[in-house]
Amino acid sequence: MDAKKLNRRQFITATCTTAAVAMTGIEGIVAARRAPAYAQGTKLHWVRWVDFIPESDVELKRQMPEASKALGAEVVLETINANDLQPRITAAIQSGSGADIFIMLYNWAQLYGSQLVDVSDLATSLARSEGGFYDVWPSSAHVGGLWLAVPHSIIGNAVAYRRSWLREAGAHEYPKTWDEARKLFAQLKQKGKPYGQTLGHTFGDAPTFCYPMLWCFGGAETDKTGKKVVLNGKGAIESVKFMQAFWKECCDEGGLAWDDTNNNRAFHAGEISATLNGASIYIVAKRQQEKIKDEKGEPMWQDIDHQNLPAGPAGAFTMYLPMSHAIMKYSKNPKLAKDFLRWLQKKENYGKWFETQGGYSVGATKAWEQNPMWSKVDKPLQIFRTAARSTRIFGYSGPATAKATEAFSKYIVTDMYAKAVQGMSAEDAVKWAEAELKKIYEG
Amino acid sequence: MNKPIAGGAGSAAGLEVVLPHPRTTQPQRLTRLLENERALAALLLAPAVVILGTFIAYPFIMGVWLSLSSTSVGNAGEFVGVKNFAKAWNDSIFRTAFGNTFFYTFWATLFKLTLGMWLALLLNRHFRGKRIVRASMLLPFIVPTVLSTFAWRWMFDPTFSVLNWLLFRADLITTKLPFLSDGTYGMWCAIVVNTWRGMPFFAITLLAGLQTINPDLHEASSLDGANGWKRFWYVTWPLLKPVTIVVVVFSVIQTFSDFQLIYVLTGGGPANSTHLLATYAYQVGVATGLLGEGAAISLFMLPVLFVVVWLQLRYLRRMEGA
Repeated sequence: MDAKKLNRRQFITATCTTAAVAMTGIEGIVAARRAPAYAQGTKLHWVRWVDFIPESDVELKRQMPEASKALGAEVVLETINANDLQPRITAAIQSGSGADIFIMLYNWAQLYGSQLVDVSDLATSLARSEGGFYDVWPSSAHVGGLWLAVPHSIIGNAVAYRRSWLREAGAHEYPKTWDEARKLFAQLKQKGKPYGQTLGHTFGDAPTFCYPMLWCFGGAETDKTGKKVVLNGKGAIESVKFMQAFWKECCDEGGLAWDDTNNNRAFHAGEISATLNGASIYIVAKRQQEKIKDEKGEPMWQDIDHQNLPAGPAGAFTMYLPMSHAIMKYSKNPKLAKDFLRWLQKKENYGKWFETQGGYSVGATKAWEQNPMWSKVDKPLQIFRTAARSTRIFGYSGPATAKATEAFSKYIVTDMYAKAVQGMSAEDAVKWAEAELKKIYEG
Repeated sequence: MNKPIAGGAGSAAGLEVVLPHPRTTQPQRLTRLLENERALAALLLAPAVVILGTFIAYPFIMGVWLSLSSTSVGNAGEFVGVKNFAKAWNDSIFRTAFGNTFFYTFWATLFKLTLGMWLALLLNRHFRGKRIVRASMLLPFIVPTVLSTFAWRWMFDPTFSVLNWLLFRADLITTKLPFLSDGTYGMWCAIVVNTWRGMPFFAITLLAGLQTINPDLHEASSLDGANGWKRFWYVTWPLLKPVTIVVVVFSVIQTFSDFQLIYVLTGGGPANSTHLLATYAYQVGVATGLLGEGAAISLFMLPVLFVVVWLQLRYLRRMEGA
């Protein structure tokens, strides 16, 4: 529109459109069938992790021009290694510049709360329209009565295992208890098919194994107040003792140096018989079936199945990975950022991304359990559909505060097990971890 | 009409001749200022001082301030005195990292010096393809640390290590060596990679030093009956000592504050057993967001590096005096 030739009618139309967009957000944009009036050259920078399902990143990148067109501003997606997210967020906050929107893993919104924009309006309307969030979300993204991140998805995990190898060892189903698992994988390790587990400094596979291992023997970091460390007890010591034996008898001991990708590669290479992971091992094996084959030359995905972590004396537990999006307070375009997140979560846009995940992620709300995608995914992936209904997050038995995140970021629980399997006595490893936790929770 | 003759009197009379003439006004203020040596020196130094102040002094002062405060990501914090230093000192991971830093620096520097000297002596000889060998020797130094360390990480991979495969094929091992999954192995692997990367710097610098030694000295000592070792010990080494001291000091500073190599190779693991001060400071300060505590950990490097630099300066001054 040429400004010089703008007549009264055009001026009124443009003003009304802008006002409508400002009042109604993305619905307004769509209804108005034109982009809102952001200053020319306005850019929105969004940082996410590199997805373990590459097709999902491709889909998001494909959506960016659509988002840019709908919002009238350029939306740029950057994907970085998940282990680099926290340093990047810290640097951005301290310098007061950087991406407008960051993906938040677990309960990071608690840690960076003072620097995040209140997105309660977005989160509440999303929850309302989709039948409510899963229980893990309030402790992950609701801080001091405000939603500081918009729940996006939850990555479930389960033990991926080779059906035929377990059958050869006499197991027709995955063990239900850790004691049964120990007997089974001791046999398999002797045959050169060990259990694969990382105890390295990773954000995913190590903590999602170690925390449930602690809980299933009755151990906990703190009491219910979250202010008193109660780690040094029978539960933690028994779990560490079990882990020492399980490691030696059943595991690939190279796992101490693994990151979150090593177990995927080792599984696909036929080096390990089972490992705790998201659905990516199965999904990638199926999508790359020409390359990923078993020892008989058959596509490996046909031999992969999933099961939840076994139960210990105190029960069976899981820790999944909630992922949300937060808008940084230093952003010059908080409104645009909100509009974008609203656009992203719209069913037609989110749904396309959700389908590429093929079961790797579940939605932030239970509504996505009913998505037709689940009827198309293979049986071994069905376990992930309701995965997010019961999951704990670190800090247990207390709330998942910023202190719990600090303990998680310092890998204290993971290192407790790593030290023990390297030779430290179970009692000393627990004592060490307790002292470290006390500095955080009681210091 | 009479035309004026070129060069003739008529033309000359029309020329305006500009001749130098004595100044009649006082020099301008700026000119006067520039003529003052002190002022000129200050002016010329100013850009360097500004750059040093902005990029070295300010971050350093900020680092010191952070280490004395409870600053965490997004929270300004308050003055807490030496609490962060005390907390670090009582932290078992810090003490491991502190010990590791000395261990890593000592062995890596020793290997780099020994192998670098050996390589420099070899390259100082005349042989065919000398230039190609000299140029290719610089490759480890040229390749970005992150890239080369990734390659090493693949070679040490717990599952797919090519080194384990070779050793196994050669019947030298029966089970995989835990290159990165054992703390002790991991630290030695880091030392190996650091040596591989840093040795060319030693070799090239020492080679430059070797080439300044007059061949007559070696010839004279040979005529006096000195063997190879004696020629090295009594002729080469004393003349090479100043260069060696400088290169060792630089290497100690770089190795002591090394970050990239450990970050990529082991990430400080397994179970914090290969952390150096720099990587642990990064984990606490940047990854966990406890900026005050992270700054305190990194400042523990300062006294050590200060002593190293002081020794170097003292030695160089003594050399200048001699």
